[in-house]
Amino acid sequence: MAVQRKKRKRRELFALGNEAVAEGALLAGCSFYAGYPITPSTEIMEVMANRLPLIEDGVFIQMEDEIASMGATIGASLAGRKAMTATSGPGFALMQEHIGYACMVEAPLVVVNVMRGGPSTGLPTSPAQADVQMARWGTHGDHPIIVLSASDVQECLEMTVTAFNFAEKYRTPVILLLDEVTAHTREKITVPDPDEVEILSRVTPTVPPEWFKPYADTARGVPAMAPIGSGYRTHVTGLTHDVMGYPTQRPDEVKDAMLRLFRKIDQYYGDIQMSDEYMLDDAEVAVVAYGSVARSAHLAVEQARERGAKAGLLTLKTLFPFPRPAVEKLTHRCHTVVVPEMNMGQMSREVKRVNNGRTKVRTINRVDGQIITPSEILKAIL
Amino acid sequence: MKAPQPIDRFEIRLSGLGGQGLITLGRLLGSALALGHGYYVTQTQSYGPEARGGSSRADVVVSSRPISYPKTESLDLLVALSPEACNSYYRLLKKTGLLLVDTTLVKHAPTNVYLGLPFTQMAKEQIGNPMTINTMVMGAVTHLLPFADARVMRKSLEANLPAKIREVNAKAFALGLKQAQRHFGDAGGIWAAAEENGAHSEDDIIV
Amino acid sequence: MADVTQLIHDYLRHNKKFPHVFCAGCGHGIVLGSLIRSVHALGLPKDDVVLVAGIGCSGRMAVYVDFNTVHTTHGRALTFATGIKMANPRLKVICVMGDGDAMSIGGNHLIHAARRNIGVTALILNNQIYGMTGGQCSSATPQGDISMTTPFGSLEKAFDIVDMCKAAGASYVARGTSFHAIQLDRLISSAIMHPGFSVVEVFSPCPTQYGRKNKFRNAVDMYKWLKSNTVKVETLKDPTQKPDDGRIPIGVFRDVEEPGLEERYFELQRKLMGQNR
Ligand SMILES: Cc1ncc(C[n+]2csc(CCOP(=O)(O)OP(=O)(O)O)c2C)c(N)n1
Ligand code: SF4
Ligand SMILES: [Mg+2]
Repeated sequence: MAVQRKKRKRRELFALGNEAVAEGALLAGCSFYAGYPITPSTEIMEVMANRLPLIEDGVFIQMEDEIASMGATIGASLAGRKAMTATSGPGFALMQEHIGYACMVEAPLVVVNVMRGGPSTGLPTSPAQADVQMARWGTHGDHPIIVLSASDVQECLEMTVTAFNFAEKYRTPVILLLDEVTAHTREKITVPDPDEVEILSRVTPTVPPEWFKPYADTARGVPAMAPIGSGYRTHVTGLTHDVMGYPTQRPDEVKDAMLRLFRKIDQYYGDIQMSDEYMLDDAEVAVVAYGSVARSAHLAVEQARERGAKAGLLTLKTLFPFPRPAVEKLTHRCHTVVVPEMNMGQMSREVKRVNNGRTKVRTINRVDGQIITPSEILKAIL
Repeated sequence: MKAPQPIDRFEIRLSGLGGQGLITLGRLLGSALALGHGYYVTQTQSYGPEARGGSSRADVVVSSRPISYPKTESLDLLVALSPEACNSYYRLLKKTGLLLVDTTLVKHAPTNVYLGLPFTQMAKEQIGNPMTINTMVMGAVTHLLPFADARVMRKSLEANLPAKIREVNAKAFALGLKQAQRHFGDAGGIWAAAEENGAHSEDDIIV
Repeated sequence: MADVTQLIHDYLRHNKKFPHVFCAGCGHGIVLGSLIRSVHALGLPKDDVVLVAGIGCSGRMAVYVDFNTVHTTHGRALTFATGIKMANPRLKVICVMGDGDAMSIGGNHLIHAARRNIGVTALILNNQIYGMTGGQCSSATPQGDISMTTPFGSLEKAFDIVDMCKAAGASYVARGTSFHAIQLDRLISSAIMHPGFSVVEVFSPCPTQYGRKNKFRNAVDMYKWLKSNTVKVETLKDPTQKPDDGRIPIGVFRDVEEPGLEERYFELQRKLMGQNR
């Protein structure tokens, strides 16, 4: 008997990076958005405002500020939703306390930050990549975090899906960092059929409520999560807590809780650290880039190759945990590593740390609100 | 869809005043080339104070190969619908690039070598709606792009516009296309001439 | 009395290490008792009750009760509560906040929750001081009073929480005290059953950090003060005016039926999805 194959439904769109993020979120099963408008991220919010009310149980709410947006997003996540918010620099700064809370209570959710020029109100409509270290260390206290980036519009969709998957798989907030260029470029994208995409969801408890330990260690280090209202009446707190979720200051319990938070991410570096290689096999000069600058770098590498220079490109799709193995390999093989970025050297610092003095690291830094051009990078390669 | 012709980075800038619908034009043009023709297209725009009231611009890069750098570097086609836009961006044109202006507004182009149509006047007088200037320009640009199929462009335009304004814009598009065909001559010839002369020689197509 | 104690025990978490953090004489425990009695009287299943707490002594009460409990961040409890309510409107979401929590750091969220009329109950435990951090002044500390950060007397006026919430659009607004426990049960019960945003401000003595600094010899004095310095709002000739003798009116100040934000949202959604079919 012939198997009935469902016809795949793909959609082609000519979309902004921001619109692609919204498409990716909906594809990943996001059913809750809380936010506050800010350029250059607002289109994400606007698409969600149009789409979520038309989806069964989809919730969209505009909050009074970004602190409230993060609070509501965490609340929805605890109630079992796949939830997200999006913002830009000033709003991202306001979200930091709650990002730490989400780390502590292990609430899966996605925060998109479309980077614009700063500090402060800075350059609201110009690109920058200057929130990279804030994404890593913005909230207080020691904590692991997953930070992803995207450099073209299709990738905006794909990395948003990945962000949700990582959030659910590792029970952690995931930050997707875009820059204004990527967010505001229109390109053709293909929205895949939901059946073609791997969508992960958090693990829920299998034991009866009276046996359930909401923060118990597991092989993966990720505890099962019971949505509020499902009959598992748990306590959630930003205070350091024991396996029952109750506040503790006992050094042994505190240590276990903290180390598990790190371990659940650390032991899956191989899964989380994503990067793309281009022409690196025989490269003598390697460019390490991310976001829209990686596109400039791509053209620069092509041009360098045309002129006979052995250049290659490593595009970082995961910014944190920093893809150390991929970068380390380059520092062993190439005589120069070029790091162009729209800040004064936030990622080149990481590259230098991994490089440990082995090879030459050349930085290209722009903080004038302009994207780094291919010719600037080409000059540094040659 | 026919297989797209090979093109390696063709860069277009649509520039002029806020309110002329240039960002929409960029989106419509980009969408028609990307979804209608199957080219790789990146479309970007200027935002911010610059994009309020005063000047406005949208850029489109077209290629038959994946596009790495999404912005424009040196222009193949500059559309300038205001004297300021014309003067500030003219120097970004390639030697072999083309300049298309709105002759209602741009009285003194910085070069003798340019193409022009009185878009503003045509939109007002022949269509009766000044808002249609952008789709009229799209018609003219369609004629100038040797790799664009006019039928596909029109279909895509219509698909992207709300019903209320579809008809009037289709009319404007057709008029822009027709006037460009009549006054500029065959697109292949225009580009061949541009190639031969560079954009800076004296004796060229002036309309 | 034994029954009441037994009832309370039915709602406390027994796998949690007691003792609790509250000082002797603290009013916060009385409010927790009242909340438990209200939930019980209303017959709400524990599984459907979510207690969302801010940070402060008041916020610590969440951990002791066997509901779904979320201990959030200072001032932001209502934002979490809004997310939970919108994500699962079937749940009864109750927010416990201190005066500093709700009115100082979280004032913006309070007025917006009231404006939206989100179906959440806010219990604001007003002890007129920052208890947890050791007795600094809050935006509800009366003018002239002494605190660690107003050692020469506070120069600023205190917020009137009831006036504030009414003005911001809350559809149920009440005030009680930890002394008037029976009335408090009634106020909290009506607040929980009220559709839309409901606020109960509870004057709740903090003998440790407020009383000592402000001429109350002990906790008992503070409860006596609450008894003689409050007046039932319904006994006032003009309930819209504050009494001239400075007594604090208690009771229900507004109770109007308006659908909560979540009801309006899902109603709109049903309509939109009906059209789309
Ligand atoms: C962002 C932030 N700022 C300051 C604090 C410190 N803090 C903890 S509780 C508190 C005040 C508590 O006062 P109140 O809300 O009135 O509650 P009470 O302890 O009186 O019940 C402060 C300032 C904090 N936890 N978080
Ligand atoms: S400090 Fe005040 S509010 Fe805090 S527990 Fe003690 S008496 Fe209660
Ligand atoms: Mg207080």
